[in-house]
Amino acid sequence: MTKDIFVYVEVQDNKIMDVSLELINKAKELIDSRKDFGFQVVGVLIGNKISNLAAEVIYYGADKVIVCDHADLSLYNTMNYAEIIKGIIKKYNPEIFLYGGTILGRDLAPRVSAKVNTGLTADATSIEFDPNDEFSKELWITRPAFGGNLFATIVCPNHKPQMATVRGNVFEKAIRCENKRGEILEYKYDIITNNAITLVRKIDKIQKKSDITKAKIIVSGGRGMSSNIDLLEETAINLKGEVGASRALIDEGLCPKTIQVGQTGKTVKPIIYLACGISGAVQHTAGMENSEMIIAINTDENAPIFDVADISIVGDASKILHELNTRFK
Amino acid sequence: MNIIVLAKQVPNTTEMKVNKETGTLIRDGIETIINPDDLAGIEAALRIKEKNGAKVTVVTMGPNNAESMLREAYGLGVDETVLVTDKAFAGSDTLATSKILAEAIKNLEYDLIIAGRQAIDGDTAQVGPQIAELLSLPQVSYVEEITDIEEGFITVIKSTETHSFELNVRMPALITTLSELNTARYMNVKDVWESYDKEVKKFNNNDLKLNKEEIGLKGSPTRVKKTFIKAITKKSEKQILNAAKAADVIVEALNPHL
Ligand SMILES: Cc1cc2nc3c(=O)[nH]c(=O)nc-3n(C[C@H](O)[C@H](O)[C@H](O)COP(=O)(O)OP(=O)(O)OC[C@H]3O[C@@H](n4cnc5c(N)ncnc54)[C@H](O)[C@@H]3O)c2cc1C
Repeated sequence: MTKDIFVYVEVQDNKIMDVSLELINKAKELIDSRKDFGFQVVGVLIGNKISNLAAEVIYYGADKVIVCDHADLSLYNTMNYAEIIKGIIKKYNPEIFLYGGTILGRDLAPRVSAKVNTGLTADATSIEFDPNDEFSKELWITRPAFGGNLFATIVCPNHKPQMATVRGNVFEKAIRCENKRGEILEYKYDIITNNAITLVRKIDKIQKKSDITKAKIIVSGGRGMSSNIDLLEETAINLKGEVGASRALIDEGLCPKTIQVGQTGKTVKPIIYLACGISGAVQHTAGMENSEMIIAINTDENAPIFDVADISIVGDASKILHELNTRFK
Repeated sequence: MNIIVLAKQVPNTTEMKVNKETGTLIRDGIETIINPDDLAGIEAALRIKEKNGAKVTVVTMGPNNAESMLREAYGLGVDETVLVTDKAFAGSDTLATSKILAEAIKNLEYDLIIAGRQAIDGDTAQVGPQIAELLSLPQVSYVEEITDIEEGFITVIKSTETHSFELNVRMPALITTLSELNTARYMNVKDVWESYDKEVKKFNNNDLKLNKEEIGLKGSPTRVKKTFIKAITKKSEKQILNAAKAADVIVEALNPHL
């Protein structure tokens, strides 16, 4: 019998990634919505010298943590990690397995899906149990789909575990609670000698100037700003924020991919998101609609961006930003 | 050395719009392109070919008219193309697609398989890693640079959120490429011209002999339950403002946070 919701807990530089904690909390919410199932939230921690982090996973809401700690696992290796997860799935039969939509998660989860022959839905923006049947364990996973403002709800009825990847900032993590108790289980790792990939060197990334996922204010531009990118930068400096962009500006080569907001870029949740000349395609809004306040400027009063905006200004974004900047002189 | 590049023909979706009344895609007049991450894969393979010598084969799964994309690939300078096509394959989700492609690849020779990271029309980024698993190959996804190839090894750089890693990978192996990896060349007029005489190899399920339970809609673990247009979540009054008034409104909203 399958049971429980498993969450892959990703660790980078001996720190748990926020997205994993967000998923732990989401799993808790799902379980609370179906108390009769008697499911638990189980974190899965794999790596080298990571056992000390298991308690943290519990403080953030997990009932159990399965730990696989081994010196061989210090360098992430898809084959070995997927093999371990397969072993864990075979041993514990989880009903559901969630992964952060990080570079690692998007590398690992599909490999696992092929290994255990189950479905995987990428970049979920909402997850719930079948809302029409309170006894159903079928997970309804919604993601932005193909083309314009379309969403698709995906199910995986006959294969287990039901799996999804979710990007950071889509769900919220719980408040850390040190009183929380849970069980820590060790998973024995049979040495797999897959040495097809070896590390030549690890390069610290040149600290990126900006990290839009942490910015409090984002001045974001779309195709409607393509001839005035400087204005976005100037405004961001004045507002002590960061510049974001729609994919249109990345495709045109005007902005780096690192600042793309949306389904295939970053998910952001700033206090203020100023959307300038962005039409508001679902792939874009998927990455910013949880911002605390959205101010949209667009010349087209029918632009869908206004459907998610708290303040909707119909007007020329370049002129307005220019005027705004004069206020800070 | 044999290199297989997996490529997909996709609609130029950044220009795709939805009919809000019917909730369906407006497909009329949408041109198709080689998926950008896959195009980077083709380019990477061609550069290896130029430097080290290699035979480059492009493999795609799709309807018959995906052949036009393969002609385009010939125009770029690849040596062989394969179209994996069968009605029985229609409706496959990513895992079923991966099984079909993996089976097709078993009929070909390869040292290196290059897949685009993800297709712009689906964006699941799953097919590469799934094929690697099905063929038991080591994989490196999100490759942003190929630094070296020699003696059965390929050296690549990939980045995570915090670090970059230079990795030495024993071939046969599968890597997935980002469109940022390189800038694709233009088609060569002579190659374009000759592409019409070249053979596009076709595999259907008589060749691959996959169990019907493993492919198409039936063989797909995931199903689309429904598609819908997002309900409007918020509605604020639209204000038609001149620049000065608009700046006032924005400053007022910003003030508590500056
Ligand atoms: C699978 C997939 C994934 C995608 N992922 C992403 C993603 O992660 N992020 C993303 O952003 N997009 C993504 N897209 C693309 C997305 O569908 C849209 O094409 C894109 O967001 C459009 O960018 P835009 O709003 O800047 O451009 P457009 O849609 O061209 O809109 C430009 C807007 O600017 C307005 N405008 C023009 N001039 C002015 C002016 N002077 N002042 C004010 N307004 C003006 C116009 O009225 C228009 O509304 C994805 C697409 C697909 C198919």
